[in-house]
Amino acid sequence: MSVARPVPEPTIDSKPYWDGLKERRLLLQQCGNCGLVRHYPRPMCAACHSLEVRWIESSRRGRLHSWTAVHHPFVPALRDEIPYVMATVELEEGVRLQCQMLDAEAAALRLDLPVEIVFREVQDGLVLPFALVV
Amino acid sequence: MAASLNGRAAVVGVGETAYRRGSDRSALALQLEASLRAIEDAGLEPKDIDGLLPYASGAAVAEDFITNFGLEDVTFSATTPMGGASCVAAIQAAAVAVATGLCRNVLLPIGRRGYSDSRVASRVAAMPQFHVVSEFETPSGAIAPAQLYAPMARRHMELYGTTADQFAEVAVTMRRHAMLNDNAIMREPMTVEDHHASRMISDPFRLFDCCLESDGGAAVVISSAERAADTRRPVPILGVAEGHPDSPSVITQRPDITRLGLAKAAPRAFGMAGVGPGDVDVAEVYDCFTWTVICQLEDLGFCAKGEGGAFVEDGRIGLGGELPVNTHGGLLSQAHIVGMNHVCELVKQMRGEAGRAQVAGAEVGLVTGYGDLGDGSLAIMGAAA
Repeated sequence: MSVARPVPEPTIDSKPYWDGLKERRLLLQQCGNCGLVRHYPRPMCAACHSLEVRWIESSRRGRLHSWTAVHHPFVPALRDEIPYVMATVELEEGVRLQCQMLDAEAAALRLDLPVEIVFREVQDGLVLPFALVV
Repeated sequence: MAASLNGRAAVVGVGETAYRRGSDRSALALQLEASLRAIEDAGLEPKDIDGLLPYASGAAVAEDFITNFGLEDVTFSATTPMGGASCVAAIQAAAVAVATGLCRNVLLPIGRRGYSDSRVASRVAAMPQFHVVSEFETPSGAIAPAQLYAPMARRHMELYGTTADQFAEVAVTMRRHAMLNDNAIMREPMTVEDHHASRMISDPFRLFDCCLESDGGAAVVISSAERAADTRRPVPILGVAEGHPDSPSVITQRPDITRLGLAKAAPRAFGMAGVGPGDVDVAEVYDCFTWTVICQLEDLGFCAKGEGGAFVEDGRIGLGGELPVNTHGGLLSQAHIVGMNHVCELVKQMRGEAGRAQVAGAEVGLVTGYGDLGDGSLAIMGAAA
């Protein structure tokens, strides 16, 4: 019997992000006033304090900012995937994303490796971003 | 410039239970026991406590202490919800409260069953400060501090050449200190080879890079300088500060993931104390992970960013070295009491009561807290009169 992954509870502020993933689009918030892109989703622009938001689609291109290979089953749902690599990806848009890597050899990873974000439906109704070395 | 708290408050009592893996006492009972010891150590009675600063993510609230001690008129209570930075941040809140006369004697208690009850991944998931991580990163497989801090350490290694041997140096030094401490959980010798052979948890952190899960209680009492003069052996607080990193609720978005909130707090605390890193004789540094010690030594200003790995080499942070660190064995080898054990140890050092781990002639000491994805806190204390 497999254990389900923790399912996110989208908020009013984050629902478009999660809905976007279901359509296999990586959506980022952009300030409706000054244009600053921010992530993860939240109500206010820290630069100009505007509450106006629009959503833009990410290029899904980025670089590896850091990573860790997880060997201990802290998240029971991923016990069978150990060791899995978690990537911190810096997107072209200037914000970062933490996600699992696909087909990654931890020993071969280096800072600033080019990566792209792809999507996988990991369980019914839960689509997550994954990083793939380009 | 903020009003200085230098010399306005003192730690007047410390108390600790036995630290163990496995306890038949509740977390509340553990901190009540430690609190009684701290109050007695100060030469006070429970009825003298009129301020309470319990650990925010712990098993007890101010009302529990009022009820169990039968306190008649508590005039100040607060919490400092900063994870592992909470206990030292509470020193700042306590110093403000006694310096302004809001109360006279503040109790800072903590008790936990970190070994016997729920483990760290489920504990942090329940903390409101982790809600961003819980929503956006946990579905992808990250929740435990070891996983969240590992990319910080990895980037530090890649940028600055920090090595696993340097991590091991921290672990082995903490163990050597714990072996001198009758109230330390881990007292078997550890070598660098033992460290490298321990199982990988979240690369680059191996088991021996990670702190313990422990059961126990610890408490301190802080009073105004005037009232402290009547207690057994008060330790003056010279400087104290807290600092929050950029992007405090999620590491992933932090501009520099190798820089902690402590980097903001340290200049404030040193400035208040009127001393610099070179004046520090002993340091109790929050060691949830080996690398966290290395990073904090940089952010405290003992060395430049990137030089922390080299700094911990050659016995520099061991007893007899240039800067003895975690003379009690730390979270890595004494016990994980969220750093209140570090506060207790520093007070003992500044009183000259640290037994076999005493740093001879210690005049200035510091203790740090680190937690909640990067919050930092720092207190600098002087020798007891």
